[in-house]
Amino acid sequence: MSRRLEFEIFRLNPEDPESEPHTDRFEVTETPYMTLYLALSQIREEQDPGLQFDFACRSAICGSCGMLVNGRPALACRTLTSQLPDSIRLYPLPVFRLVGDLSVDTGSWFRQMAERTEAWVHQKLPFDASAEESRMSDDDAQAIYDSDRCIECGCCVAACGVANIRSDFVAAAGLNRIARFMLDPRDRRDESEWFEVLSSDQGIFGCIGLMACEDVCPKQLPLLEVHAYLRRRLFASRLVGKQTDT
Amino acid sequence: MNGELTSTDVLIIGGGLAGERCALEAASRGLDVLILSLVPPRRSHSCAAQGGMQAALGNCAMADGDNPALHFLDTVRGSDWGADQEVANIFAEEAPVAVRELAYYGVPWTRVRGGANQYFIKGKKVTIEESLQHDGLIMHRDFGGTAKWRACYASAGTGHAALYALDSEVIRMGIEVRDRTEALRLVHDGERCVGAIARCLRTGRHFAVAARATVIATGGYGRIYGKYTTNATINDGSGAVIALDTGIVPLANMEAVQFHPTALSPSSILVTEGARGDGGYLLDRNLHRFMVDAEPDKQELASRDVVSRHMAQCMRDGNGVDSADGPHLWLDVRHLGEQHLRTKLREVFDICQDFAGINPADALIPVRPTQHYSMGGIRVNKDGAAYGLTGLFAVGEAACWDMHGFNRLGGNSLAETLVSGRIVGRQVAEMAADTELRANTVLYFDALAEADEYARNWLQRTGNGTNVFQLRDTMGEIMMHKVGIFRSGDELAAAVTELQQLHDNCDDVGLRNRQPGMNPELTFALRIKGMLRLAITVASGALARTESRGAHCRTDFPVRDDANWLNRTLVRWAREAQTPELSYEPVGQLVLPPGHRGYGASDHAPMHSTIEDYNAAVLDLQSAAGRPASSEPLGQRLPEAI
Repeated sequence: MSRRLEFEIFRLNPEDPESEPHTDRFEVTETPYMTLYLALSQIREEQDPGLQFDFACRSAICGSCGMLVNGRPALACRTLTSQLPDSIRLYPLPVFRLVGDLSVDTGSWFRQMAERTEAWVHQKLPFDASAEESRMSDDDAQAIYDSDRCIECGCCVAACGVANIRSDFVAAAGLNRIARFMLDPRDRRDESEWFEVLSSDQGIFGCIGLMACEDVCPKQLPLLEVHAYLRRRLFASRLVGKQTDT
Repeated sequence: MNGELTSTDVLIIGGGLAGERCALEAASRGLDVLILSLVPPRRSHSCAAQGGMQAALGNCAMADGDNPALHFLDTVRGSDWGADQEVANIFAEEAPVAVRELAYYGVPWTRVRGGANQYFIKGKKVTIEESLQHDGLIMHRDFGGTAKWRACYASAGTGHAALYALDSEVIRMGIEVRDRTEALRLVHDGERCVGAIARCLRTGRHFAVAARATVIATGGYGRIYGKYTTNATINDGSGAVIALDTGIVPLANMEAVQFHPTALSPSSILVTEGARGDGGYLLDRNLHRFMVDAEPDKQELASRDVVSRHMAQCMRDGNGVDSADGPHLWLDVRHLGEQHLRTKLREVFDICQDFAGINPADALIPVRPTQHYSMGGIRVNKDGAAYGLTGLFAVGEAACWDMHGFNRLGGNSLAETLVSGRIVGRQVAEMAADTELRANTVLYFDALAEADEYARNWLQRTGNGTNVFQLRDTMGEIMMHKVGIFRSGDELAAAVTELQQLHDNCDDVGLRNRQPGMNPELTFALRIKGMLRLAITVASGALARTESRGAHCRTDFPVRDDANWLNRTLVRWAREAQTPELSYEPVGQLVLPPGHRGYGASDHAPMHSTIEDYNAAVLDLQSAAGRPASSEPLGQRLPEAI
C-alpha cells in the first residue's frame, strides 16, 4: 500500500502585492524511488502550476535545489521521500533573497562571495599556449579536487548560525573556497594577501564553531577540517601575532 | 511587461562552458560582454559532464605516440564520416592547448603517477609502468572509439571542475551575467542580427538587448525526449528555437541524436563512459558480457551509437532485465574496487547511492541507453558564424560546427566547448570591434511588442483542458518510441504527423495560472511550441534520410549510403509556414575517405564521385558562399600520421 504524503509548502510571491507569507498543503501518492524533485514536479503539474522552485540537473551536481526539508537544509533532488515521514514541510533556504515560494537567489550571493574572496587562481604570468602544462603531484591534484567539489547549493550557508544574523560572513562555502585556492600551488598569493582575505570576522574568525555546515553538506565536504586547516595556516605564518604587534 | 533597452558589444546567450569561454575571449579584447543565462552559470549543464575531455597530449603509457592527427582520425570515424573534416582537424589541433589553458585556470586534472600502476583493460587486470619523466603531467583514461587513452579528467567531475575554473575567470574579468534570464527571440532586419529580446525569470518582465554580435550557446535539446534524457530540465533547445524562428537561419543534422549507453534506470541520470573506460562491463540478464561477442575488438568501448544499438538489440531479443519501468541491462564495476570507485569515479559512486540506493562496489548498476547529446544544432561555418544572418554566432552543443557528424565521441563535446569557445570568441571579438551598432530602435520595440503579445495570448486563453506539461509528455513518448535508437519510415512518418498535430493543438491549450511576476507555467508554455518545432525537424530529417549513419539507424535502410547521403541536412522554417523545409550540403572537404570505422557495421554503399570531384564541388560552394580558405591545406600533416 503506497503512502499518502502530505506536503506543507511555504508560499510567497514577492512580485504580487497581494501575496502574504503562508503555507499550502498538498497530497501526493508515494511511488518507488520518489525524490522531492519528482514529488514537487507532480504537485506543480497536476495541482498548482504557480508553485515556484528550482531544479536543473536533478542529479545532485548543479546545486540548484537547496531547501529546508522538515527544517533541515538539503538538496531536494537527492532526497528520497522514503527517508521522510508522512508529513513533509518545505521552506526556502534562509539567508538568501527569496525569488518566490521555495526558490532563492543563491547565484547573486555566491558571485559576491567569489568577488570578495577573489576566488580564482592568482597567477603572476600569462598563459603560454606553447608550453607544457606545469606539473603537479597527483596527490595535490586530488586534494584540490576534494575541496573543489563544492556545488554552491547554499545548504551550509543556510545552516550557519552566523550567516543567519550577519550578511557579510563568507560562511563555510566561502571558507572552503578560500582553502581550495590556498591548497593550489598555482595560486601565487602570499601569506599577507591571504591574511587580507581570511583574517577578519567576515572570514575565519566569524565562525563560532557550531559546525552545522558539515552536518548538512550534501557533498560531505570535510568542513571541520577546512576550518582547522585555515586557522592552522594563519597561526603557522604567525600573521596573527604580527597583526597584534603593530 | 514591456521593459528597457540595454546595449552591449557582445551578447552571449547561455552561461555554460562554450558561452563563458567565448565571453572571456571577447572581454580580454576590451569589449563589453553581457551573458544571459537560465541559471547561475555554475549550474549550467556543462557541470554535469563527468568522465573527461579529449586532447592528444600523449602523457601516459597507454597514450604513448598519440597526436592530434590520430585524434582527428578517431573523430571522423566516430562521426561515421558525417563531420566537416576541416573543422575536426582544427579542433584536434587546438584541444591540447584548451586542456592546458584549463589547467592554468585551476582545473585539478588527475595527474600521471610515475611507476607501477594497475589498470583494467578488456577484462584483465594489468600492471603498467608509467614513465617517471611524465610524473605530474595530465593523466588520460580510456574512452569509446579512440585509438589511445586520451580523455583528460578530474575524477568523474570533469565538467564541474572545468566550469568552476572558467567561471572564476569570468568573475575575475568582471563580466556581467544576468542569470534567471531567457532569450525569447532574436532581433534582426533580415540580414543582420542586432540583439535579442529576453525574459527575466525572477519578475516575468521582458527587455531588449542591443548588441554588435550575438552568440547562442544554449546547449542541447535533449528535453524534447521528455523524461528519456540524461539532460538537465533546462536543456530545451531554446537557442536553436530562436534561430529557427528567424525563418532565415538553418539548423543542421537535427536527426543526429546521441543515446548514451549507460543512464541509470529509471531516473535517466548519467553514469559516465569513464566507468567503462576504467574497465566496467555491460551484462545482460544472464550476467553475460554480450559486448565481447558483438564487438570483439573494442568490446564495451566501441562508439556510443554502436554500443547503444547493441544494448537496445539485446533487450529486444529478450535478454534485458525486467523491471516495473521496462527492461534494462547491468553495468558492472564491482571488480574496480571501492577505493577506485570512491576516488577516480566518485560521482558514479554518489549517484548510485543517492538515486539507486546501491553501493556499486558490491551491486550491479541498472542502466539503459537514453537520449544524451544533440549533434545537430544551429548551422555555423568554421568561424562559428551562423548561415543567413551576419552578427549571429553559435558555439558548443547549440551549434552544428560540425565536428561530430552523426556520432560524437565521448569527451569530445567538453573539449569542443573550450576549443570552439576560443576560436569563435576571436571571430566574435573581431566582428564586434569592426562593427558599429546602427540598428533602428523600432526593430527592438516591435520585437518586444511581439514577445509581449505572444505571452498575453497564452495568458488569455482558457484552453481545452489539456495542459502544457501533458503536451511535453506526449512529445517525449513520441520521440523516444518513434524517433529513438532504431527508426523506420512508418514510425517516423507517424511521428511527424503526431508532432505536427501537437504543434497545431498548442493554440487550443490554455494556462491555469495567471499570477503576476514569475509564472512557471507560462515560462514552460513559452517554450513548448518551439520544442515541438525542433522535434518536428528531428523527425522530418530522420524520415528523409534513407540510410543509416552513426546514431541515425534506419531498420528499413540499414546501410550507410555514401553515394547519396554523404551530406549534411539543413532545415529552415519560414515564418508562418506549416512545415519545415529540408535541403542538403556536402559534409565538407574529405581528407580521410569514407571507409570502415573499425567497429559497428562494416558494409556501406561507396561514393559515386571521386574524392577529388567531391572536394572540388565543396570548394566551389564554399567560395561562392564567401567562406574563407584554410590558412594551411587541410590535413597537411596527416599522411605521416596515418
